Amino acid sequence: MWRKRFIALVLLLVGAGIGFAVYQGEEHPESIFGGKPFKYGLDIQGGTELVYEADTSKIAAADMRQTMEALRDVIERRVNLFGVSEPVVQTEQANSLSGKPSQRLIVELPGVTDIAQAVSLIGQTPLLEFKIERPDGPEKTAIADAFTKAQVALKQEGLTDQMKQAIIMSDPLLQEDPNFIPTELNGSKLAKASLTFDSRTNEPKVLLTFTDEGRQLFADITKANIGKPVAIYLDGAAISTPTVREAILDGNAEISGDFNVQDAQALVGRLNSGALPVAISLLSTQTVGASLGEKALTSGVKAGVVGVLIVAIFLIFWYRIPGVVATVALAIYIALMLAIFKLIPVTLTGAGIAGFILSIGMAVDANVLIFERMKEELKKGKDIADAMHDGFARAWLSIRDSNISSIISAVILFWFGTSLVKGFALTLGVGVLISMFSAITVTRTFLYAVGTHGNGKVKRFFFGSGLR
Amino acid sequence: MFIIKHKTFFFILSGLLTAVALLSVAVYRPWNFGVEFTGGTILEVGFPEGRPDIEELKQTLAALGWHGTVVQETGTDGALIRTKSLSEPEREQLISAVSQEGRVHLEERRFNSIGPTIGSELRSKALWAILCVILAIVLYIAFAFRHVSHPISSWVYGFVAIVALVHDVIIPTGVYIALGHYFMDVQIDVLFVTAILTILGFSVHDTIVVFDRTRENLKLRTWKEFDVTVGHSIEQTFVRSINTSLTVLLVILALYFLGGETTKNFALTLAIGVTIGTYSSIFLASPLLVAIAEWQAKREHKIALAHKRGK
Repeated sequence: MWRKRFIALVLLLVGAGIGFAVYQGEEHPESIFGGKPFKYGLDIQGGTELVYEADTSKIAAADMRQTMEALRDVIERRVNLFGVSEPVVQTEQANSLSGKPSQRLIVELPGVTDIAQAVSLIGQTPLLEFKIERPDGPEKTAIADAFTKAQVALKQEGLTDQMKQAIIMSDPLLQEDPNFIPTELNGSKLAKASLTFDSRTNEPKVLLTFTDEGRQLFADITKANIGKPVAIYLDGAAISTPTVREAILDGNAEISGDFNVQDAQALVGRLNSGALPVAISLLSTQTVGASLGEKALTSGVKAGVVGVLIVAIFLIFWYRIPGVVATVALAIYIALMLAIFKLIPVTLTGAGIAGFILSIGMAVDANVLIFERMKEELKKGKDIADAMHDGFARAWLSIRDSNISSIISAVILFWFGTSLVKGFALTLGVGVLISMFSAITVTRTFLYAVGTHGNGKVKRFFFGSGLR
Repeated sequence: MFIIKHKTFFFILSGLLTAVALLSVAVYRPWNFGVEFTGGTILEVGFPEGRPDIEELKQTLAALGWHGTVVQETGTDGALIRTKSLSEPEREQLISAVSQEGRVHLEERRFNSIGPTIGSELRSKALWAILCVILAIVLYIAFAFRHVSHPISSWVYGFVAIVALVHDVIIPTGVYIALGHYFMDVQIDVLFVTAILTILGFSVHDTIVVFDRTRENLKLRTWKEFDVTVGHSIEQTFVRSINTSLTVLLVILALYFLGGETTKNFALTLAIGVTIGTYSSIFLASPLLVAIAEWQAKREHKIALAHKRGK
């Protein structure tokens, strides 16, 4: 008996300690508990999410992952350069049922609510490509023919922009470049760019220095194309098309275009903050202003607190002593969940908070099941200790099966969901798991601790439930 | 035993409710899908110095010539604009139109622009998620109830749980769509799908608890007849079902009244779903078990009779 009471006391102290740590960490971020603040989603702290699609049509499947990682690194570097706090840049492969999977880049910029600024921040990342001459052959002829045909079609009178667009999209060959084909050398293999001047003409030039891998590629390309042009494409347009005179083995290339010192300096700056390996286009934009998010958080917290209070009042009124125990177990459950949100950390979104509030309801269900069972056993004439024991034992199966089915749903939702559904599924799933511990182990320990061997009328009343 | 005795009445009631809900789904078309599913833009702006006339704003935006632009008032000083999916220059065009070339001070509270590909992708994802949850749950129940295959197979428990689940999902959907048609601005958005998925989980959770009692009583052989066993099992779990739903409902109501605009419709859908889910686990699922058992017994009896005559 006293051993059980001791364990219960320890549990209570640990629960209170966790609750205190969570509270201290939020109220006094400078204290030792302040190291891990809650992480809020963009919908709560305000910010912008941009989803880009990468044009990977020219990338071989085997190089896909590497290319997307290079793309992510470039954008991440660029976003960090602009001092956005804790940006998240991630790649995603969207599998549609029809056609090729599309490669996505998701950029989350907390605190940035000026979309124009955010879009230009990323949009200015240069796309650098090296292309070589397309060999003569049927392919080149076919593309050239398609272009001639399209030019004739576009010359008709009375075409709207939409109709012109339709003509351009009608033939996949029109998406090809008739004169050049891409190589594996691109912006991700650039080590640095710098500004130089031509020794003869004093014109500004941009000197590109490749990484080791880039140097090898550039050497191979120049070796194979002596006497032919190699085009340097910037943001999809040829910026310089020098003719290769000899193989270049030192890993340096020059861009000499028609630019003045300022243009060249700006280009160097852009290239040094990272050049894209593939083109990206904006698919969707989402921005939430900080004020709206803050309102969602305060109202969500208010709803949670009031909801818990009402549930606690109901539990104590209906289940008496066990109700008080369940309320304490619920408080420990909430403290544990909040601590887990901080430690993992779980990014809290509006839907996530809704999932958590719902899991509180589910946590209470386990206790309701146990107490109803206890009441039945008491009615059969068992004494309090036996009724408690049997109540737990018999309620376990239904708690297990119903919670497992909830966990199955949460896992599937997490698997399939978009970020919003994921936040919901995660808090609900973790909540159900933790509640199985708090509602069973914690409640049982406390109930045994306050439990008695006596079986008097008053005691039976306090351990009973319902209106009588 | 009252519920089992009058099960036909509850079957008809559930059937009627489902039929009305399906009718509402079929009649009130087109359904109001959110921009997440169709692709499009939603822009919420605030006018801290007073909102301009909404009618005027509508005319200004109509001048842009974009298809399906809708303008609504939100709160005391805000406006919500829905339109097609926008590119960055088009977004700037929109903002400048709403602010009357910068003459009206405005605050951009929320901007969502979703391309049509992402929209259709999300739709198929949501559908797959629901189908997978259903499949996983049938399998789990058939497994969890494998020891009680008499008088009905454990697969029947899974099947009946799914019937209750479909019932619990269709009715709130019908109510939601009808509400959207008559009273308020509700949309089939990601939050609605989340609510439906939650109802799905809750419905099964609730059904299983009642089934579990039947399973226990069958194992203990407390009563000889199947219908009596099921009837008593419902009675034994009745208070628990009501109390659990009540606590969940209390929390959901708190979310509805205090939880802010974004989760209001979400809470409402959940409240309807939880209520229907509780009703179906008591008045539909378990009585359906008895009905299936009776139907099976009748068929077996007939076959036995036919055999006798054949001999």
